Amino acid sequence: MPFAINETMGQYSELLMLLAAGTYTVAFIAFAWDLAKSSRALRAVDLKAAEAAGTKVAAMAGAGASAGASAGSAAAANRVESHLAGPVGRAERPSSSVAKRGDEGSGAGQTAGADMRYAAERRVPARVAVALTVLGVLIHAAGVITRAVGAGRVPWGNMYEFLTTGAFVAVAVFLLVLIRRDLRFLGTFVVGLAIIMLVAASVAYWTPVGHLVPALQSYWLIIHVSIAVLSSALFTLTFAMSALQLVQSHRQKTVAAGGADKLGFMRLVPSALSLENLSYRINAIAFIGWTFTLMFGAIWAEKAWGRFWGWDTKEVWTFVIWVVYAGYLHARATRGWTGTRAAWLSIVGYLCVVFNFTIVNQFFNGLHSYSGL
Amino acid sequence: MSERVKANKKSPAPVAAAKTEALPVLGPVEMLRWAWTQLTSMRTALFLLLLLAVAAVPGSLFPQRPANPSIVTQYIKDNPDYGKLLDTLQLYDVYSSAWFSAIYILLFISLIGCVVPRAIAHYRAMRSQPPRTPKRLSRLPEYGTLVVPADAGLPASDAIRSAAGVLRKRGYRVEVRDDDGARPSLGAERGFAKEVGNLVFHTSLIGVLVSVAVGGLFGYSGQRILVEGDTFVNTLVGYDQFTPGTNFQSSQLQPYSIQLDKFDVTFDRESRGKIGQPIDFNAEVTTRETPDSPAKQEILKVNEPVNLGGTSIYLTGNGYAPVVTIRDGAGNVAMQGPVVAKLQGENYYSSLVIKVPDARPEQLGFVGFFLPTAFITDEGVSFSGDPDLFNPQLTLNSYFGDLGLDAGAPQNVFELDVSDLTPLNARNLDAGGITLAPGGTYTLPDGKGSISFDSVKRYVGVDIHHNPGQLYALIFALLAVGGLIVSLYVNRRRVWVRTGSHQDGRTMVEYGLLARGEDHRLAAEAAVIRKLLSEEWQIEDSVSGESSDDSDSDSTGTQQTPSRQDDNGADSLTSPAGPTGPKKDQ
Ligand code: HEM
Repeated sequence: MPFAINETMGQYSELLMLLAAGTYTVAFIAFAWDLAKSSRALRAVDLKAAEAAGTKVAAMAGAGASAGASAGSAAAANRVESHLAGPVGRAERPSSSVAKRGDEGSGAGQTAGADMRYAAERRVPARVAVALTVLGVLIHAAGVITRAVGAGRVPWGNMYEFLTTGAFVAVAVFLLVLIRRDLRFLGTFVVGLAIIMLVAASVAYWTPVGHLVPALQSYWLIIHVSIAVLSSALFTLTFAMSALQLVQSHRQKTVAAGGADKLGFMRLVPSALSLENLSYRINAIAFIGWTFTLMFGAIWAEKAWGRFWGWDTKEVWTFVIWVVYAGYLHARATRGWTGTRAAWLSIVGYLCVVFNFTIVNQFFNGLHSYSGL
Repeated sequence: MSERVKANKKSPAPVAAAKTEALPVLGPVEMLRWAWTQLTSMRTALFLLLLLAVAAVPGSLFPQRPANPSIVTQYIKDNPDYGKLLDTLQLYDVYSSAWFSAIYILLFISLIGCVVPRAIAHYRAMRSQPPRTPKRLSRLPEYGTLVVPADAGLPASDAIRSAAGVLRKRGYRVEVRDDDGARPSLGAERGFAKEVGNLVFHTSLIGVLVSVAVGGLFGYSGQRILVEGDTFVNTLVGYDQFTPGTNFQSSQLQPYSIQLDKFDVTFDRESRGKIGQPIDFNAEVTTRETPDSPAKQEILKVNEPVNLGGTSIYLTGNGYAPVVTIRDGAGNVAMQGPVVAKLQGENYYSSLVIKVPDARPEQLGFVGFFLPTAFITDEGVSFSGDPDLFNPQLTLNSYFGDLGLDAGAPQNVFELDVSDLTPLNARNLDAGGITLAPGGTYTLPDGKGSISFDSVKRYVGVDIHHNPGQLYALIFALLAVGGLIVSLYVNRRRVWVRTGSHQDGRTMVEYGLLARGEDHRLAAEAAVIRKLLSEEWQIEDSVSGESSDDSDSDSTGTQQTPSRQDDNGADSLTSPAGPTGPKKDQ
């Protein structure tokens, strides 16, 4: 006999989700404040440096907020030179194949650490934002768990649950990555996305706790969907990084060509090359995850419908996403396709993920149409 | 990565040049070779991959014949202006279309053309010694020096041998060169598994494709509806619908049998907004492997197929089958038994058609609905209020005349063409429609006979599949993931060490590292090797201690610096500066 559902738990869960969304909103404001404040601070440093050194170049490269690069025109000059000089400019150089790419010729105007490690310097608003995000994610976790307890099963059986649990995983993965890398510059994006997902879940896709339809009653639901959600969370991070990479690369080119630096806040963001390298590493993990998603989906489809592949709409899109990211990995090994073009592929791949999750779930008919709508 | 990729990376310019200048003299062989080079280049592979992604999309936008033939027919009818055109473009059969096939076949030819030469090259590389020691190690992405104090009494040749030992222990394949000379050196390499993984991955993709093709050739599938009490025997006539693979032979069918004893559905009675949603389907079946085998009781559920005689049997549908008895005008029982009602709407609102060709003097036909829990609104619209049998009801219209079955043309059992029949019962006729509850009997007008609604049974729809390729597809898919992980996470690295003796008796050591392909941990590896060597020679090395505790160290940023430090003026060691730098292979 199926487990009896617990409505009270379900109601607690909904309350917790709203509380989490509220906490995230405050965290979002703190992240935004951090961006604004830091870019103001950076500009102030620039001005001072410009006064001191009297040259524009030094001002551009003046070390400010991060990476432990000490301020002062000597270091700045050294840094600029190193970028031009090549080999010594290891700060911008990955150890291997992608080294010495033309478009990275100048990292001038760069302030954030290339290795995305934490700098000694404290950014109070960012710390507040992270603390709030941690608080939010704890509340959110409680919401997800109470939902699971209320329904007596894994909390991903319909759109409402995909959204709430998906948002949780996205924020949790972000926080986990934060332990090792200073990706706080992605905070507004990740937390903002989580808020949107929670609000959409509560407003547009609200579904009370309930049993699973028989088609979903399988341990493959646990395996297949959890890996899919995890991979998607990682793709979310790389999407943001790739988008920033495009902006950063444009900005670096402008600055290198002597143009004005209109996007001062982008100094909080590491160089385009560092973004590319880290997002490649995350994408590689996520791609393996997606490969498993695809495979486990096929195995499940075999169990449920008797064929492991039938080009059902959801299957088509999962395949398309897989091929696009395979293309991305290829691009990274193809001359002329690294950098900006690879970033575009990463972005297109993520748009497919979003499309698969929203439009396909909602408007396309197929065997997967049990998303609870 | 591989030699092949390298060649391709460098090829565009020369090829372009050759094209403009030498085109007239290109013979057919050269043309072929040129085409082959193009097809097997990374750029083409990338292009074909992206094209494949794009080409797969229309299959999700338009209805597809293999999944839904009837919807496609309807779609063409509904869109007379472009429906036919889409058909010409094979947009209803995307995944078997000429263009989609062309893309993936080209991709796989390219794949083979890519994998084979690389496999050969890699096999050679694995058997050959690590590349010669570059003249200037300092040009390598990771470079460092160590100095062994004179009082350690370690000559350059011993140092290189012990360094070789250290690297061997770390999994490197090492070759010591010139170890009795003045400048002994060693070349070491590890991580051959990376390329092997990559090759396994790509080869396995071919394996998956072939397995799928095999399944299509030798597999078969079919459907059957089973009312409680029915038995299915696995022969061609046993199927309601059968789809053989290209090479199917009916001798492949093992004559097993499966009987549906009982089918239970559990409906949700507690979730808000979902009352009446089915939450469990449970079919009790009796199976026999062959007609003579002992009977076996099994449970068939959604997500839990029954495996029998090399096939898998899946529960894919269900519904109600009212049991009726129909007597004809002569008073004889012309038909008795369950009639499968087809699901139409919510709560098992189902339609049914009864054809009674045996009725005399006139054949009879019935068309109508079955509702498990019937409700009638004030406007006279009927609907089913619940999926369970709380108030089962049959509402039927009846006809008499020639059903057209005797002509022998196959007919859809779920449809009755009433155009040549005379209506007996309908809501707009004087006699009205027929409404029956279980146990009820209705006498047809004009002495045409009667119909009794005896009881209600349930039925299940099962899909039966045999796919001999599927196990191989799974094996290859697992191999592919394994290869992928190895390929992405094993790093292929080369290390060179060179030693020499300073006039003052110190032994100077320099080393350099080079990665092939993406390797963000090269700096960390350099730090580890530095540490291992320092320990081996018992040198105090504060620098390496700092950076090696961070195993995930990026090669970028400040972490890099330690391994670059020319700490003890070991510059004197650098060989007479030859312009030839390290032979880089990226
Ligand atoms: C069925 C189509 C293909 C798919 C799905 C695919 C997928 C992938 C993936 C996911 C990777 C990255 C993982 C790894 O390094 O093992 C990769 C790498 C690679 N692929 Fe493919 N591939 C396909 C066809 C091809 C073809 C036709 C070629 C040759 C022209 C090729 C050459 C390579 C090479 C050289 C690498 C290594 C790149 C590196 O250095 O990281 N692939 N492929």
